Amino acid sequence: MSTQSSRLAARFMVAPSVVLLLIWMVVPLAMTLYYSFRLYRLLSPDRTGWVGFNNYLWFINSPDFWLALFNTLALVGGVLIITVVLGMLIALLIDQPVKGQGILRILVIAPFFVMPPVAASIWENLFMHPQNGLFAAVARGFGAEPILFLENYPMLSVIGIVSWEWLPFTTLILLTALQSLSSEQLEAAEMDGASALSRFRYIILPHATRAITVVILIQTIFLLGIFGEIFTTTQGGPGSASTTLPYMIFKQAIAAKDIGRAAAGGIIAVILANIVAYFLMRSIGKHLDA
Amino acid sequence: MARAVTPRRKLITTIAAWTVALIIFFPVLWMILTSFKTEASAVANPPEFFSADWTLENYAEVWARSDYPRFFWNSVVISVGSTLLGLLVAVPSAWAMAFVPGKKTKDLLMWMLSTKMMPAVAVMIPLYLLFQRLGLIDTKTGLVFALMLMNLPIIIWMLYTYFKEIPGEILEASRMDGASLWGEIVHVLTPMALPGIASTMLLNIILAWNEAFWTIVLTTTKAAPLSAFIASFSAPQGLFYAKLSAASAMAIMPILILGWFSQKQLVRGLTFGAVK
Repeated sequence: MSTQSSRLAARFMVAPSVVLLLIWMVVPLAMTLYYSFRLYRLLSPDRTGWVGFNNYLWFINSPDFWLALFNTLALVGGVLIITVVLGMLIALLIDQPVKGQGILRILVIAPFFVMPPVAASIWENLFMHPQNGLFAAVARGFGAEPILFLENYPMLSVIGIVSWEWLPFTTLILLTALQSLSSEQLEAAEMDGASALSRFRYIILPHATRAITVVILIQTIFLLGIFGEIFTTTQGGPGSASTTLPYMIFKQAIAAKDIGRAAAGGIIAVILANIVAYFLMRSIGKHLDA
Repeated sequence: MARAVTPRRKLITTIAAWTVALIIFFPVLWMILTSFKTEASAVANPPEFFSADWTLENYAEVWARSDYPRFFWNSVVISVGSTLLGLLVAVPSAWAMAFVPGKKTKDLLMWMLSTKMMPAVAVMIPLYLLFQRLGLIDTKTGLVFALMLMNLPIIIWMLYTYFKEIPGEILEASRMDGASLWGEIVHVLTPMALPGIASTMLLNIILAWNEAFWTIVLTTTKAAPLSAFIASFSAPQGLFYAKLSAASAMAIMPILILGWFSQKQLVRGLTFGAVK
């Protein structure tokens, strides 16, 4: 039972985090909002002024915008589908009585500890490189032409790399969920003649719902901002083929040095993230009692 | 779900599980193998698995040519510093939300998590300008603050879910015995919460160590950690696969080892208490 005084104390204890996060969020956001209505190019610093919604209009009318939007959603959706489906299959496999489960977990979790620039450079150079990559060597071994992964399938390659980085997270969380499932229930179902598929559908899947919810929530948060993997491998190209919304903003700010337009893109990205967050919280938030 | 199975079935699942695990681990293994090959052997066609010329040359060269100890030290200071500072702010907040929850606590937690959904690129320019104004560009202090704030929502969430599992009755009992709020935190809560705090700390050190956006944007040379070092290394080094692999291995090894030792606690913490 909380008393009046402990409630007051609690407020004081929560306050620093709330104030810090507010500052961390509101100050840069307000500045971005301000720049998004300004003419602000680093190459012509003398010309400044208010430009209304021009930066936004430029951003939305840019031919890259819809592609970037599509790529962003494809990246988030693609990685989620791949990691959840594969993660579930691998978790089901490792959950079986196998020899050396401890070492298996250690092998499977390794990619999660590899920093994004290293992960991207391993895949780009050691595997996908058209001359020296291992994939090219395998292709040559079969007498086939090496596949130009990053040139011809840039977005799929990025989705593949990011999926590899996140697969351990999904697998181990789903594995933890599976291990808490009582074996009696499954055995009873098996004796009653339930097939493996229906045991999965009616017992395992409902049990893992909360775990899947957590996986989707956490991954979406990180996937919306994916940057390093694209920066290291394709630089958003060829052309704009693998440009996502964050990368398009980055290009406006760093390559084109147009802060106003980059800021407008930033605000659009924040709005998009909020829309995604809203639907996410609404559709799966109920599975999480905080 | 341990069930009695036939030895035959166990053999098949064991082979299948090991195959899958080795495929997932293979890119890391291949990078480590490459780091011990000569440059010629690293790009040999067909690829050399066991017949390669093994050497330690690459590590010696990366060590000699780059300032690895400095990058390493920067990574340690930034990841440990931002985590400790984050805990200092987060422990009281998470404690209060777990034990004195109000009607708005759940919304507040969701709001905190939602701040992480803001794409970093979107606020890159303002933050860069702010950091410049405050003289924090390319300083460890600046990065400690930036990464602390970036990971604060995760720290609070994890601590909250750990604290939530501590039975409230124990606190009430100690309150009956006349313990002050401070005494309660020091003598009752802290010992029970220590495992949770430890795994929160580990996860955040890993997240901060691997952070590769703000570290690249906000540093140039002095304060650059290993993630920025690797990003700069891969650019001019071109096709020097063996040296690139050696540098990569040196960048990820400390955290890989730390992660392997603590993986059980990590996974539990990462589920935010939703998976028991």
